[in-house]
Parts: sequence; structure tokens; C-alpha cells
Amino acid sequence: MEHTLTAGSVTGDRPRPAINYLNAEKGIWSWMTTVDHKRIGIMYLVAVSTAFLIGGIFALLVRLALLNPQHTLFGKVWVTAEAYNRFFTLHGAVMVFLFIIPSVPASLANFVLPMMLGAKDVAFPRINLMSFYLWCGGAVLAISSMILGAVDTGWTFYTPYSTTTDGAVGLMTMAAFILGFSSIFTGLNFIATVHKLRAPGMGWFDMPLFVWGIYATAIIQILATPVLAITLVLLLIERVFQIGIFDSRIGGDPVLFQHFFWFYSHPAVYIMIVPGMAIISEMIPTFCRKTMFGYRAIAYSSVSLALLSFIVWGHHMFVAGESDLANVIFSALTFLVAIPSGVKMFNWLSTMYKGNISFETPMLYVLSFLFLFAIGGLTGLFFSTLSVDIHLTDTYFVVAHFHYVMMGGTVIAFLGGIHYWWPKMTGRMYKESWSQIGCLLVFIGFNMTFGSQFIMGGQGMPRRYFNYLDQFQPIHAFSTYGSWVLGAGLFLTAINLLASLKMGELAPDNPWGGTTLEWQSSSPPITHNFDEQPVLEHEPYDYRHRTVTHV
Amino acid sequence: MSTHTEHAQDPQKEARTYILTLVTLLILTAITVGASYIHFGSGAANVVIALTIATIKAIVVALFFMHLLHDKPVNAIIAVTGFLFLGIFLMFDFIDVGSRGNLQPTNLHPPPAVAAPAGAPGAPAAPAAEKKE
Amino acid sequence: MSTSTVDVHPDPHGHGGEHAHDPHQQHHFTTMEQQFDTSKIGMWLFLATEVLTFGGLFAGFGLMQNQYPREFVEAHEQLQRLPGAANTVVLLVSSFTMVMAVLAARTNQAAKTARYLWLTVGCAGIFMCIKAYEYTHKFEEGLLPGIFYHHHGDLIAGSHGYATFFSFYFMMTGLHGLHVLIGMGLLSWLAIRAKRGEFSDKYYTPVDLIGLFWHLVDLVWIYLFPLYYLIS
Repeated sequence: MEHTLTAGSVTGDRPRPAINYLNAEKGIWSWMTTVDHKRIGIMYLVAVSTAFLIGGIFALLVRLALLNPQHTLFGKVWVTAEAYNRFFTLHGAVMVFLFIIPSVPASLANFVLPMMLGAKDVAFPRINLMSFYLWCGGAVLAISSMILGAVDTGWTFYTPYSTTTDGAVGLMTMAAFILGFSSIFTGLNFIATVHKLRAPGMGWFDMPLFVWGIYATAIIQILATPVLAITLVLLLIERVFQIGIFDSRIGGDPVLFQHFFWFYSHPAVYIMIVPGMAIISEMIPTFCRKTMFGYRAIAYSSVSLALLSFIVWGHHMFVAGESDLANVIFSALTFLVAIPSGVKMFNWLSTMYKGNISFETPMLYVLSFLFLFAIGGLTGLFFSTLSVDIHLTDTYFVVAHFHYVMMGGTVIAFLGGIHYWWPKMTGRMYKESWSQIGCLLVFIGFNMTFGSQFIMGGQGMPRRYFNYLDQFQPIHAFSTYGSWVLGAGLFLTAINLLASLKMGELAPDNPWGGTTLEWQSSSPPITHNFDEQPVLEHEPYDYRHRTVTHV
Repeated sequence: MSTHTEHAQDPQKEARTYILTLVTLLILTAITVGASYIHFGSGAANVVIALTIATIKAIVVALFFMHLLHDKPVNAIIAVTGFLFLGIFLMFDFIDVGSRGNLQPTNLHPPPAVAAPAGAPGAPAAPAAEKKE
Repeated sequence: MSTSTVDVHPDPHGHGGEHAHDPHQQHHFTTMEQQFDTSKIGMWLFLATEVLTFGGLFAGFGLMQNQYPREFVEAHEQLQRLPGAANTVVLLVSSFTMVMAVLAARTNQAAKTARYLWLTVGCAGIFMCIKAYEYTHKFEEGLLPGIFYHHHGDLIAGSHGYATFFSFYFMMTGLHGLHVLIGMGLLSWLAIRAKRGEFSDKYYTPVDLIGLFWHLVDLVWIYLFPLYYLIS
């Protein structure tokens, strides 16, 4: 189904400016010293996509190693247990620290958020650039770690193994430390931007919901990440000086490490999902041509999710030696934290009800998200139930759960957002037919890979195990085949998007008929985003006064 | 910046406020050092008193030296939120560490009476003196 | 960002016939006041992260104290109150000189601003000297972190608690000391700029913001001092 849009632009047709943010200044130095949030967003997009590729390769290696319990390919053993431990650790570490935490905020939000507010840039453009270079520094350290012995502790670095094992734990720890500061400064920038750089006429409840989501995420980034920083420092010092804080053999408490670690890492998973939800909140009104149902509820739920995420971290430690009292408290609070997510689901679905829905690729990703995140979120509740957690923890059930929320949730939403804002960022339209096939392959492959893991986990297959009982082999093999379908879908999607840069038709200002301010700029935008300071004159997602034709 | 509320105060008055603040802080320091020499019952009481005085000093520094008293509320909210979430971290950690080993299984049998002399093989071992709670 | 006083860039800013803005105003802000308020929010957010960073260490210390109450109390005795109290006083005075520097900058008194800033640096230097004296004493006594701990005469022989106490002592005072050093650098840079007359009532943001940072350094010590030196 090809796109042939005519007068779809809300602002009416106008001549495409010859100079835009992409060609205003030329040469690599202009990119390396840019303070333009759009250029920084593009650089981040390239960076996190590369990280996703690296993390994805490790994932494929993990699945390949588990194809059969003999670890053979064409009859030959090709992987050792030590190598396998490194594969899953690096998969996790790269995906969490290099890809998913920065993904939406640093790339898409950097590009779009100032424009949605009608601003010329973020509050601190130079700090924005510094965030990007911190990411690069973290990436260099992470890659150095991979080359110089890698890490086999699991991405969670549990002590005392991580304080005593060989390998380049120090380098990876330092990488995560630096990446943490990259994240902090991104969040700092967005909070200040949202507070002070809104367009005239735009109050807090006139902002797009994407902005609310990124704002809530930024709060988490500011409050949680510093504790990760100090945790990693303590880990490093314990490795070097044996200070005896986390290793019980020298007087420490391993559960203390887990408290420190999860105080960041649980809110971190909300850094991952809330921006994804924020993207969904943008795409649904646009592709349903309807005002968001329960705007305030979604706004409040974003912030309450951010705040509640800080009081549930103990649910990662139910069987680690945490006291029963703490277990019970954390279990109850975890049930509470599911409520704001539920509120969003209901509001999204209510918006879709009796909407004028069109099924372009971004909307297909929305539908995938709703299905996959519902499963992921629901299975999370299984884990907050203490009695069930005892059986399911550290099995493939939890692996499936978090992949459903992180990949089925965040990555799907991220892909949808990339397709949604692609015309704005690049000025090109991708081929709709191929992007739909890509989405379908991703959806099928994803469910094959991880749906089967729910079954395995329920039957008792533990996570991170290199060896497994023969009875699990068919499911493991099915999951591995699914990873190939998933990989193919992602590959196809990437090729399609990249091809559009040279071969795609030129995009109009507003191909989807969106009502938020970024669609009033040209595609791609000029360096200063808008010719004149936009003034907000209508409510968010006001579809009553817009007529959008769509072929 | 020219509309800053602090400009309403003339510089002399402001300087006097700062001097008063410094004197208050020095007095509080003297109090906290003095209080450390007095034994207030349990060790925990000393800690509570020391931390209370420290918090008063911190609030004084924040309100006057860091201008939070006359500043826009958003800055104070940010400051309070930081401390609040630190408090959450501390609170849950102490709840966990403080309640380990509290709950006993309901079907716990009392240890069997010691029949053999201590030291003989098979006699139940006495709990280690250094057992960490 | 242009810092020239003449508006030479093309119209995309929409200046048109308006007056050229203050040379310090960045192009994405509409007024200096907006820029100042935004910068302040940014600094307070950064300070919140510092609270949580140091707070994490305080939490670790508190939990370890809970695990080794007797060892920690005994280790406390090794810290001398006089240098600790002196350092507290020195930092409080430095906070005073800092806020006076901000006042001077805001009231167009360049020389006074510089003087107060240098005084603050001086106080910080005294702090570091006292710290150096304390550290030397610790090294001589063998009161070192982790595996380097080799003090004799501890009551509970063989316990890890003492080494843990001093690990935290050096980590926290070390991290704090690092912040003092960084502060000294920043304040010196400010003092040089102040002497050159770069600050006025129209623009004193750097002095204000680095002042806030300096007060945080003081705040950390306000908590560090009683917890390490005064608990018995």
C-alpha cells in the first residue's frame, strides 16, 4: 500500500526550504561540535542502533549456543561454558547500558521534545553534546572490556563473584559508570527544558503526552542513576582493596550489593518503558484521529509510575536472603506499581474505541505494543506474588517477562517512533509495504523466541544455564529459530529505513496529520526549528478542528 | 535577573543575615560537639541527636546561604526530593537488615537437650560467639 | 552561540528590528532572567544527584555500622575531634565567604568579589592541610582501607569491622576532598574572572551556581563530621 499524500499537511503546502539542519553546515567537524539538539539526536540514533546491533549479535550467539544441549553446530562443539557466560553477560550489559537506557530519550526525545514545546533547543545544548561524548566514552570502555577478557558475571554483577572473578570487570564497571553520567545529564537537560522553555500559551497540561513521559523518565534518571554510580565505585574498590562491604568472606553482605544495585536498576526499567509508553501516547491520537481519552490520567500516571518505581526494588531479591518483612512490604508495593500502567492501557484502548483508525506502520507497532506489553506487564505481577516468585524466579519465565516488556514494549515502541518521526527527521518516506512486512516478521519472531520461554520457565528451566535437560531441547530450538525470524525482521526494517534516505520520496511537513508542534516545521526542519516562535492556540490532540485528508 | 526578589533586600541587610547565619551555624557546631560528650542513654540516642543537629545546620545552610528561602519553589522541591529518595533507600535497607531472622517457622522444634558432654562428637554445637545478626 | 555584542547572524532568530541581546544570552532563551532561572534549576538537579551519590555512601556506612557496632565505636576513637571540628568551622566560614562573594558580584563590586572568592579558596586550602595532617596520622598508625589495614591493639582481634570502617572513612573523606579540590579550581577561575570585571548585576550566574556547589560540599561535611567523629 503506497503512500500518496496530497494536501495532508495541517499547515498547508509550503515550499520546502533549501537549507535545513542536515545541510546547513557541512563536514564532520560541524557534526562533532554541534549543539543542535536535532543533530545530537541523529548521532545518538546511529550510536544506539549500533549498540543494538552488537547486543543483538550476542543474543543470537546465546540462542545459537542453546540450540542443543551438546552445543554443537553441524556436529562440532563450537562454544564453551565460559564463552557462553560472556555472551549472555555482554548481551545484557550492552543492551541495558548502551542501548535501551539512552534509546528513546537521547535519540527521539532529543530531536522531537524541544520542537513539541515550540523551543529552539534544549535548556543546555553544550551539556547535551557532552552527554553524547560521555556515551561514546562509555562505549569505548565497554568494547575494551570485551576485547580484554570480557565479563562473565551476568549484567547484574552480583557479588561476591563479580568482586573476585577474572576478566575485565573493572573496565565494564567504569563503562557503566560513565554511561550513567551520560544518562543523568540527558535527564537534567529535559527537566530544565520542560520547566522553562515551553512556548507561550503552553501550560503544563497543554503539553504533548510524549513530553510528560520524557519528563517523568528524567526524574528517574536524576534520582536513581547516582546510586548506580556509587554502587559501581564500591564494586570496583571492593575488587581492588577488598574493603569487605559486599563479600561475606571478608565481612561484607552480598545482599547489600543487591540493595544498592536494584535501587537503581528497578527504576531503570521504568527509564526504559516510560518513554516507550510516551511514544504510544503520541501515535494513538494521530492514527485514530481522536483526542486522547484521559489526558490528565496519562500525565499523572507517568509521573506516579516514576515515583512509585523507587519503592519496589526488593522484588528482585525475594529469594536472595532479604528478610520476610521486607519481602512482604515489597510484594505489596509492587502490586501498587502495576496500577498506573493499567491506567494507561485503558486510556489508550478507550482512545482507539470509535476512532478513525488507519493502519500505517507506526500504528501496527502500536498494536504490537499493546498486545506484547500487556503480556509482559501481567507476567510481572506473577513475580510480585511471593509464593509464585519462589518457583519462577531465575527461570526462563523471568527472562520471557522482561523481554516482553523491554523488547515487546520499549523496542517495539522505539521502532514505531522511528517510523513515525522518520519523515520529520530525514525528509524522506520509507516504503510502507516493506516496513509492514518488517513489523510482521518482528512480531512473529519475537513471540516465537520469547513466548516459548514462558513455557520453558514454567517447566523449571533455569536462566543463564549452559547445560540443560534433554526435555527442554525442542523448546530451546524453537526459541532459537524464532530469534532468526526476529533478526530477519529487524534487518529488513533497518535496510528499508536506510534505503529511504536515498530512494524514498520526499516527505511533506505533516504526513500523518499530527497536531503537535513538531509537525508545523518543515521536513526536515531548519536549524532553528521554526521560522517564528510558535504560539499554542489549541488543546493537545485537538482533532475536532482539523480536517486531514489522507489517500 | 533584575527582578530577583533578593534585590528587594538592601545589601547591608543581606550581609547581616549571612553573618547571623554563620554565627548560628558555629553555635550549632559547638552544641553538637558538646552533646557528643554527654551520654544520652543508648548509643542510638546520640546518633539521633547528632543527626538532628546536623539536619538543622543543613536546613539553615540551604535556606540562607543557598537562598532557598527567597528562591522559586521549584529549586526547593528538587532539593527536598533528593533527600526524600535517599531516605527511602535508607529506610527500606534498614527494614531489611533489621528484621532478618525475626520470623521463626511455626513448626520449629526446640533444640534437643544436651545429653553428651560438650566437645563429644554428635553433641549440638553452641552458637558461635561472633554470629552476626 | 555568539558572544559578540553586535548581532551579525541572519534573521532566523527573529531579531529583526529588536535590540541586540546581552552578550551572555544564549539564542534559545528569550530573556536573561529565563536563562538564569533555567541554569539554577540545572545546578539544583545536579546537586540532587550529588546528594544521592554521597547518600549512597552514607547508607553503606550506616549499614556497616549496624553490622559491626563495637568495632565501629572503637574505630571512631581513632579520629581526633579537634581537627574534625576545626575543619567544620573552616568550611562554614568558607560558605560564608562564598555567599558574600555572590552578594558582591550582584552589587557590582568586582574587587570585593575576587577577594571573597580567594578567601573561600584559602579556607578550602586550610581544610585540605588539616585533612593531610589527619591522613598522615592514619597512615602511620596503619589505619588503612581494606587489605592494607595493619593496626595493632584492636579489641576484637581478627574482625573485619575495623578495616571496613577505615575503608569508608577514606572513601567518603576522599570523595569529599576531591570535591573540595575541584571546588578550589573552579573558585580560583571565578576569582580571576571577577577581577577582570566579568560579573555584574546583569550577569553573575557562574558565581551563584558554583556557590551552590560549594555549599553542597559544606553540607556533606556537616553530616560527615558527626557521623565519623562524634559517635561514641
